[in-house]
Amino acid sequence: MRAKNFVPGLLLAAAIGAASLAAPQGYTQSAPRRAQPQVRQYQAAKTTQVEDEGQRVFEQNCSRCHATPEGFSSRISGTIVRHMRVRANLSEHDEQVLLKYFNQ
Amino acid sequence: MGRPSFVVMLLRYSDSRRLRTTSLALFAICALLGTIRPAHAQDTPLLSGGVAFLTSTTGGNTGYSPIVEPLLAAPIGPHLLLESRALLVENYHPDGKGGYDHTHFVGLTYMQGDYVVNPHLTVVGGSFILPFGTYNERLSPVWINNFQDGPLDVQLGLLGTGTGVGGELRGSAARTARYSIDYTTWFSARSGNQYFNAERSFGGRSSLYLPEQRLEMGLSYDRSLQGTHENFYGAHVWWEPKDEGLRLRSEYARGHHAQGYWIEADYRSSAYGGLNSWVGRLEPLFRMQQTFRRDTIVSDGVPLVNTQRADFGLDYNLPHNTRILTSYSRQFSSTGNENIWETGIVYRFLFPAWKGKVR
Repeated sequence: MRAKNFVPGLLLAAAIGAASLAAPQGYTQSAPRRAQPQVRQYQAAKTTQVEDEGQRVFEQNCSRCHATPEGFSSRISGTIVRHMRVRANLSEHDEQVLLKYFNQ
Repeated sequence: MGRPSFVVMLLRYSDSRRLRTTSLALFAICALLGTIRPAHAQDTPLLSGGVAFLTSTTGGNTGYSPIVEPLLAAPIGPHLLLESRALLVENYHPDGKGGYDHTHFVGLTYMQGDYVVNPHLTVVGGSFILPFGTYNERLSPVWINNFQDGPLDVQLGLLGTGTGVGGELRGSAARTARYSIDYTTWFSARSGNQYFNAERSFGGRSSLYLPEQRLEMGLSYDRSLQGTHENFYGAHVWWEPKDEGLRLRSEYARGHHAQGYWIEADYRSSAYGGLNSWVGRLEPLFRMQQTFRRDTIVSDGVPLVNTQRADFGLDYNLPHNTRILTSYSRQFSSTGNENIWETGIVYRFLFPAWKGKVR
């Protein structure tokens, strides 16, 4: 009984080990069920952070004068930010944050 | 196809040299935009602005004004931005004989180049909007202004045309997480050109912004350097309490012959289903303004007698960048009191100047 359980266990461990070596970091065969939510959480946290930061920059600089324009092409997001940089004297950091916020 | 045919239409039906020249200038800008290749896919030149249809009733007479106010902005390389705004207005008003007469105006509001040297300095050259106070530069576009018309004292400090021809330096003098100080200083040459009319003058504005308190305070100054040299002083305070939906704006201006102030409040509630609910789209407004003459020498656009005015407005922010503006104003002065009823609809557009691939 012990040998019967040991061999499949060893094969399983070897398969998991091989898969973990072959797979890219964070995407192991057995790990996805645990890692994917972590990645999603990380991405969600990062997105939220960019949103919050972008929202803050937008509120403090752009919406002081005008309402948020509803939907515009991502092809002009850089031009809008450049225009706001001149009008609202945005810092380079705020410009980058606003650009990420627009491009989300 | 849209842009050229619009310009051709303007040229065909224009009956004045001014209209023709302005149309040619617009066409030249469009042609220039066509030659620009953006450094990044997201730096495509944009066409923005507002289209409005406004009505105003005073003393039983109603005027109608269709307006188009386009804005072009085109970045060139990593530092340069070309921008221009034009105004096309047709005004229909009663002729006193039971019919209507109409006048029109077509012109460039400004046309400037901005060179961003660093976050502390941007060099502006060309025909630029005078940065005196806040209204002229920040609130005057038809798609931004909450009320149809500007404050009574708006002409104080704007030196006749509201634009300068020359250079401007602007930027952020200091910026931390707790405060920022912005500055603008400019010099304008005298320009008798009917399309870019300006007085020889200089001036500047500086403002302090406290982001945590959402409070902005600023001072403006300018001086006319031709004819009778006059000084103009201005001050503004804006406050937008965080997450309250309330906005308070105020401005004071003083010239050699007159002075005035205005205070404006607007509110949007997000308590009943957010800003996109039908309640959240409502925007009640109130503006109080007074002007005082120091003498009867006219050198500005301020009323000739002391005037008080209260404006009550109710705007409705429709989806797709469209707003309905309504207001009732009561104006008091020694020459007679009057009621002013205004309604209008404004659409704001914002799109790339041409199609392009998104990378």
